[in-house]
Order: sequence, then C-alpha cells, then structure tokens
Amino acid sequence: MIDHIKLASSKSKGKRPYFHDDPAVERVLNITMAIAGELAVMRERMDSIERLLEKKGLVSQKEIDTYVPETKEEETQRQEWHSEYISRVLRIVQQEMEELENPDKSIADIANDIDKM
Amino acid sequence: MAKNLPPVWNKIAKHAMMPETNHDERARYNFLANLNKHLAHVSQGNKMAFEKRVEPAFVKEKERSIASVEELNEAISKDSHYQIWSSLRRSTMEMRQQAGRSIVLRQAEELRDKAAELNKGKATLVLDANCKVPEYLLAVDNHLMPGSYHTELIEGDVTPAANYDSGIFVTTAGLLGRYNDGGGKAITSWVKKTYPDFAPKRILDIGCGMGHNVLPIARAFPNAEVIAIDTGAPMLRYAHARALDLGVTNVTFMQMDAAKTIFENESFDWIQSTMFFHETGGKSIYKIMDEVYRLLKPGGLTLHIEQPQYTDDMSLFEKFIRDWDALNNSEPYWSKMHDIEPIDLMVSSGFKKEDFMQIGAKAENDLDDGTQKADEPEDHGRSPIWNVFGAIKN
Repeated sequence: MIDHIKLASSKSKGKRPYFHDDPAVERVLNITMAIAGELAVMRERMDSIERLLEKKGLVSQKEIDTYVPETKEEETQRQEWHSEYISRVLRIVQQEMEELENPDKSIADIANDIDKM
Repeated sequence: MAKNLPPVWNKIAKHAMMPETNHDERARYNFLANLNKHLAHVSQGNKMAFEKRVEPAFVKEKERSIASVEELNEAISKDSHYQIWSSLRRSTMEMRQQAGRSIVLRQAEELRDKAAELNKGKATLVLDANCKVPEYLLAVDNHLMPGSYHTELIEGDVTPAANYDSGIFVTTAGLLGRYNDGGGKAITSWVKKTYPDFAPKRILDIGCGMGHNVLPIARAFPNAEVIAIDTGAPMLRYAHARALDLGVTNVTFMQMDAAKTIFENESFDWIQSTMFFHETGGKSIYKIMDEVYRLLKPGGLTLHIEQPQYTDDMSLFEKFIRDWDALNNSEPYWSKMHDIEPIDLMVSSGFKKEDFMQIGAKAENDLDDGTQKADEPEDHGRSPIWNVFGAIKN
C-alpha cells in the first residue's frame, strides 16, 4: 500500500523558483492559498447542502438568503463569532502590537535572568 | 452574467478509466480552474508593470533600453506585481498536481485493476520492458508532475495518466473540450478539408501520452491501421484501456522511443505529433525528425502541433512572458526549442524546403454551455492556439 497522502504532495524535479525577496513570504502565501482553496471547497459543499435541502422542500435558498437574526441573543452570538474569528486569524498582528507597546526581552535573556533567580 | 467562467469539472467526459471523484475533489478542481483563469486575466498587469515602471526605471538608470530577455528577466523579477503573480501562478500549478495526485493515488490499485481488465489478452497493447525512458524525460518532471509520465508507484501503475487526464481540463479551463482532444480534432478536420482524397492506410502518432489526440484521427480513418507510441508504460496502459472503452479499436499502443522505432522504411502514410517536441531534447529532436523522414512513405504527410513560434516582430516582453511557463512550470526544453526554425529542423532530416508547410490551429471544443465563447486575453502557454508545421515527403 502506497502512502498516498505523502506522495500526493511530492515535489517535482528541479530547484523550486522563489519570486519574493524573502522565501518566507512565498511559503506563507502557499499555505494561505491552500487554505483559500479549502474554503472554496467548503463553500461549494454548503451550496450543495442548501440546494438539496431546497429540492427536498425543507429549507429554501431564499429563506437562507433573507434570514436575519430574530432575537437579541442571536444577534449577539453571531457578532461574537465574527469578533472571535477575526481575532484568531489576526493573532500575530495583535501580538506584534502588544510587543511594540511593551518591549520584551528574548526568552534566552529571560533564561539568563531566571538562572540568577 | 460574469464572462469567462470555466466549465465545472463534472462536464468532463466520463469513461471507464476516469478516476472516481468525490464532491470535495471536484470542488477543488473547480477552485483551481477558476484560480487559473483569474491569474490569466490578472497577468495582463505584468505588461502594464513592465511598461509603466520596470522599463522606465531601467532606462533611467542605464540610459538605454532593455536589450535581451535575460536583462528583462532580471529587471522585472524585482517588480512587486510580477512577484506576486508569479508566486501565485506557481502555487496554483503545484496545487493542481497535488489535487490530481490526491485523487488518483488513493485509488491507484482500483485504476490499475480496471486497466488490466480492459487490456487483458489484447494484441493492441504492446509494452516493452527493455524500452529505456529517454534522458530528456528523466531530467525533469514536465509541468511539475512528480514522477513524470513513466514512474510506477505500484506494478502496472496507470496513475500518471489518470492524473493527466483528469487535470488537464483544469489547467486549460476546459478549452480542449470534454475529451481533452481539441488538438487531435482540429488537425483531423484540417487534413480532411485540405486533402479530401487522402486515405491513409497506416498512421503513426508519436509521443501519444494518454492517447487523447490520436483517437479523433483513428475515428476519422476507421479503416486505417493506427499505431501510437510512447515510452511511458503507465500512459500506454491507460491510453489503451481508455480507447477501448470509448469504442476505438483500430489503434495499437506500443512502448517505443520515437528516435529509434522498430518500423520499416517508408511504412507510414501519415506521421503526427501533438504537443510533443517541446518535451524532448536538443539532440533528440533531430533524431526523431530523422526517424519521421525514414518512416514516411513518398507522398506521405507529417504534421506536428506545437506552441507558437517566436517571431522577429515579437516584443522582448512577449518572448519573456511566453517563456514563463517553460521555466517556472517545468517545460524547460520549450525555452530552447524557440531557437530552432521548424523548416531547418525538417530540411536537416531530408524534407525539401518547398514541401514545408506551417499553419495556425485552434482547438475544437465540444463544450456548448456558453462558458467558452467570450473573447479573452491569450494565456501564454495555456491557450489552445498553436503552430502546426510539417511537410509532404517528396
């Protein structure tokens, strides 16, 4: 039995070209695009589910498209989800700001500090 | 309605060898076809970036214009639009390979068994374990396809062909039609129209791959004996099984190097190749053309569908962007083949200058859902607009 998961992601022959000045940018971009792809896959799956629900007469796409939160509690739950989601995605930006506000020592320096404690 | 939408992947023609796909695998292919298309359009920005800032900055600094493709490459490689476009395009091609391989490798054994069942006991599939894969194919994985056309991950493997067949529809956004055979169809129509009395008895297709372009030829000449050769055993197993399932029985698929075939002198009426020479090598291309000349009967026809040639009136930028795929989508010989004039290649093998012919061709597409009709910018290296060169041997 072949390791189909590992083999599917194999590299092809030849040194890989990098186009950005810093290869790290390219690496992150590739990971981001793969996730963008998976989000599109998920969106298409959701579209299939909605259409099947409509064909079976359970929920129409129009009902979904026109749906708005009906109670204060629903409104709050939705907005909380968005808030948390964005915070999770943009975590590093927040952390860089915190660092700027509160310059920190490196962990190696802290290790030296602790060594004396 | 939005223009230029690629067809959904499930429009691809189904046959017994087409790999099974689940919902998310099809969705992934749909995403990638759209991403390809998007980048083909956004790519027009490269020209703008070149004209508006790369070239002016060069001229300002050096007080002269850009003199070569190499200089252009160096200058544009620092441009931020070119950088993001290139990295996205490269990433898209790698994702397309990953997506295709993740579909076919999980069912490698089932695909192998399907091919074996269809191919069992048939004299029209001739594999040769002693056939050596040419050095030029071992040196690179063309179009970033890990393992290229020949690598067998299991005994009797057909996955390289299954990956190619299911994925080329994504890379070309369906522009080759439901059977990916727009090239074969175009050349068949041209030959029928140009030579209405031509009745070839024996036809050779060289570098046939998964056989997609030879089938329209075999269908158009059902009484002809058609032989299709390739060095990749996985491609031939798949091609033969696919052809039989599609009802084409007059093609014999044989494992053989086009530079040294076993056929007799002057034994074919028509020798065809489609998108083959740009994946060969600098010495082999001449050896293969010598072989074409040797095998062709007097009065016989040979045609070769290739990428558009460079012309003298082509701008440096156009030459550069045409080479992007060659270098960054790993089809390296294509960047060298531009230096060979097809007429010189053919004359060096014995064809007469006055017998040389060159025509333009465009894929014939059987998709009729309106998604393929809108005019769009040429996606260099992907658009099914080709140069066809050849000759009648006299």
